[in-house]
Amino acid sequence: MTCTEFLARLDDLIDDSVTPEIRAELQTHLHRCGHCEVILNTTRKTIEIYRSHEIYDLPASLRDRLHAAIMARCKKGF
Amino acid sequence: MAAIQPIAGELEPHPDVALVERARAGDVSAYDALVRKYDRQIFRIAQHVTQNREDAEDAMQDAFLKAYEKLDQFQGNSKFYTWLVRIAVNESLMRLRKRRTGRMVSIDEDVETEEGSVPRDLADWAPDPEQNYTQAELGMILEKTIKGLPPGFKIVFELRDVQGLSTEDTAEALGLSIPAVKSRLLRARLQLRERLSRYFRRRRGGEK
Repeated sequence: MTCTEFLARLDDLIDDSVTPEIRAELQTHLHRCGHCEVILNTTRKTIEIYRSHEIYDLPASLRDRLHAAIMARCKKGF
Repeated sequence: MAAIQPIAGELEPHPDVALVERARAGDVSAYDALVRKYDRQIFRIAQHVTQNREDAEDAMQDAFLKAYEKLDQFQGNSKFYTWLVRIAVNESLMRLRKRRTGRMVSIDEDVETEEGSVPRDLADWAPDPEQNYTQAELGMILEKTIKGLPPGFKIVFELRDVQGLSTEDTAEALGLSIPAVKSRLLRARLQLRERLSRYFRRRRGGEK
């Protein structure tokens, strides 16, 4: 397996949607390719960081204001 | 008024189905519960598309109002949230187009970015690299990093990786094909990784 072939399967590996056979091939490639190992680990970390640090948070005061405006319009029935 | 059918293949109807039913029958408190359930996610989607807080607020409000107005058109053969995301993306794009008058903005086009998807930065990252930054610094880095991605990439990443939607639901919400979602997700992940490497790569001599 080449690095390009590994990259094409990267998402499947991260999303755990590979067959055991393909997984074994990917693991074999990882054992001998430090670059692909770094790419896999840092891509996983990228997803983890974005998942655990919410950007564009909706502060409570703004949330309440928007919520009140939406519900007032809904109650009026447009 | 026709009853909403549970989504085919699912044993238990999604809890949203009952709320939508009640809202359609005039129970505003049921719609209130749906707004509270999804407002944060919808706001984030609107921010990703508009890149502007004021526009995101307006787009979020308009999306919930439009969804309420169109509840009768919701067939129940899709999930309520994917239907709502589609409305929110359209409202956000409309805001963005108004701001960028004359410039076509779409999430449908498959943008080829300069970075492509070939990893160039192959340096390993420091262990727990985010701990080298304060929460505020980290927030700025993450925002700056994702801002540079094309809108269609950002939304796919947000829906799939941050909000945890399936590839199928993401495709349905955005009106994209499954291969298009997969291709964008790979490029979004790799480009974000590449950009974050500038901040998180392991450095020599213990410097930050």
